[in-house]
Amino acid sequence: MQERITRPPAKTGKLRTGEKGRVPGGVAIAALAVLLLAVIIASFLLGRYPVPPKELFGILLSKIFPITQFWTDNMEAAVWNIRLPRIILAGLVGICLCAAGGAYQGVFQNPMASPDILGASAGAGFGAALALYAGLPSLAVTFSAFTMSLLTVALMFRVSKRAKGDRVLGLVLSGIMISSLFQAGTSFIKLVADPTNKLPAITYWLMGSLAGTTSAEVRFVIWPMLLGLVPLLLLRWRLNVLTMGDDEARAIGVDANRVRLAVIICATLVTAAAVSVSGMIQWVGLIVPHMMRRIVGSDYRRLMPATMLGGGIFMLIVDNISRNLLASEIPIGILTAFVGAPLFLWLISGRREVY
Amino acid sequence: MSVEVKNLSFAYGGHAVLRDVSFTADSGAFLSILGPNGVGKSTLFRCVLGLLRGYTGRIVIMGRDAETLSIREMARLVAYIPQHSSPAFNYSVLDIVLMGTTAGLSAFSSPRAEDVARAEQALEKIGVAHLRDRCFHRISGGERQLTLIARALAQQAPVLMLDEPTANLDFGNQVLVLAQARALAREGYTVIQTTHNPEQAFMFSDRVLALKDGRVLCQGPPKDILDEKLMRELYGVDVAVSSLFGDKVRVCTPGVIVR
Repeated sequence: MQERITRPPAKTGKLRTGEKGRVPGGVAIAALAVLLLAVIIASFLLGRYPVPPKELFGILLSKIFPITQFWTDNMEAAVWNIRLPRIILAGLVGICLCAAGGAYQGVFQNPMASPDILGASAGAGFGAALALYAGLPSLAVTFSAFTMSLLTVALMFRVSKRAKGDRVLGLVLSGIMISSLFQAGTSFIKLVADPTNKLPAITYWLMGSLAGTTSAEVRFVIWPMLLGLVPLLLLRWRLNVLTMGDDEARAIGVDANRVRLAVIICATLVTAAAVSVSGMIQWVGLIVPHMMRRIVGSDYRRLMPATMLGGGIFMLIVDNISRNLLASEIPIGILTAFVGAPLFLWLISGRREVY
Repeated sequence: MSVEVKNLSFAYGGHAVLRDVSFTADSGAFLSILGPNGVGKSTLFRCVLGLLRGYTGRIVIMGRDAETLSIREMARLVAYIPQHSSPAFNYSVLDIVLMGTTAGLSAFSSPRAEDVARAEQALEKIGVAHLRDRCFHRISGGERQLTLIARALAQQAPVLMLDEPTANLDFGNQVLVLAQARALAREGYTVIQTTHNPEQAFMFSDRVLALKDGRVLCQGPPKDILDEKLMRELYGVDVAVSSLFGDKVRVCTPGVIVR
């Protein structure tokens, strides 16, 4: 009888498909870090105004080493004032959306969760539309989107407390409801907005774009981003335990409600910060965590750092396409949807089980 | 006494589920809570585990009132082995067992090398060390149940609570899991299981608590209480109970078959 279970696994390799081909976690994460660095350098080189590699490295290194200028002032301005804030922002937005998506997937035990699940995006869209309607400057639009995004999720949280029964389901359903409510609000603003200049501005913002990024915006959103990202990284073991479900997590010694609240606050903070500067960028936060699961597995100890790095890489690549593919910039939100949908199909139809 | 439940009552809304339940469980003993489906076995478990509050009566675990215990303190005293566990994502068997060490970690930290060693020891002890790197989703039901027992051991709690551990298992795995549970009781653990199988309760456990409609019908050593009268009362059908192998085994046969 003992033989039933103690028998070593059949050496067919078929039974072990779940782990087959998995790269050791540390190696994969180091490789992702190197890739991110490479993509950052490539992003500096790509752009309408040509900056050759030699000049680029000269400009970058001149901040640390005394190098006499052999590049034009225009090149220097393009690197520091245009490309640097854009690269930082694109990288951070990718990191944040993917970290939030991965975190929500864990706390809701739901592989389909994405950063907009609790209404953060819908709230940001409403806040931005409101500010654009009022004719406020771009930094105020970002601030309004950020604040409204947080308020929306706070409201959602209050509403969800009234839902009877399963806490996770209550949160998700309340998120759907509040999202819909704020999307309706946004539609109403679009309806009454001046169709010659304000309506296009609102529509363009909602498409999701990193165009015209200023360093003021970067300085504003970087703090809430870091404030959310660091705890998400630190809580990654608890996220594993939460995926077992509330009862088991509690019996193991983890206060599921408290950890979930902490994760939701952090994930909301980073999502709100990201969408307040980028607008609606969909799919990224849903698919990158799944791509990373295929590489490093489901263990959040490896998955969370890998997802953050992968998110930065993915967003920078898509942003480079958005900047350089056509003569005029394509809003990145449109591209992520174009790229994301088929990628997701590929992920769910893969031979290896995803979830 | 490691677990002492005194006059426990619990109601969902106005619907009383547990009424005045009292029992004790000792270290080194295997207690089976026996009863038909829906009598409040799970509710009783959830109360003892601290997952349900708002009961009346007292639950004392290792000398401490359960209501005063934090979630973490509770996890160090009582480990829970659910009927089935289905994490939303794929984890290795080792990762699942490693989760048992969480109560000993601070909120922001991940398991250390010594925790991994403890998880490996637990797998070794249950005899499933070869499953270490397998996917939890891809092992058999019996292997999963044993993995969850290993996780409970990694939790280093003196009380183990198994919720219908054999409900989804084939015959061989049922025997294996119950034998393991009994062996752990012999080592000094307090082992409590719920079951609706009277024959298994008789064969493996030291004490039986029979629940009916949220009340304790009777409790005591299985030899004293598991008879035709109790079976009839408990399950509402006529049952013939026959003793085999010098009363090491009692077989329950439906009355419609043999009478």
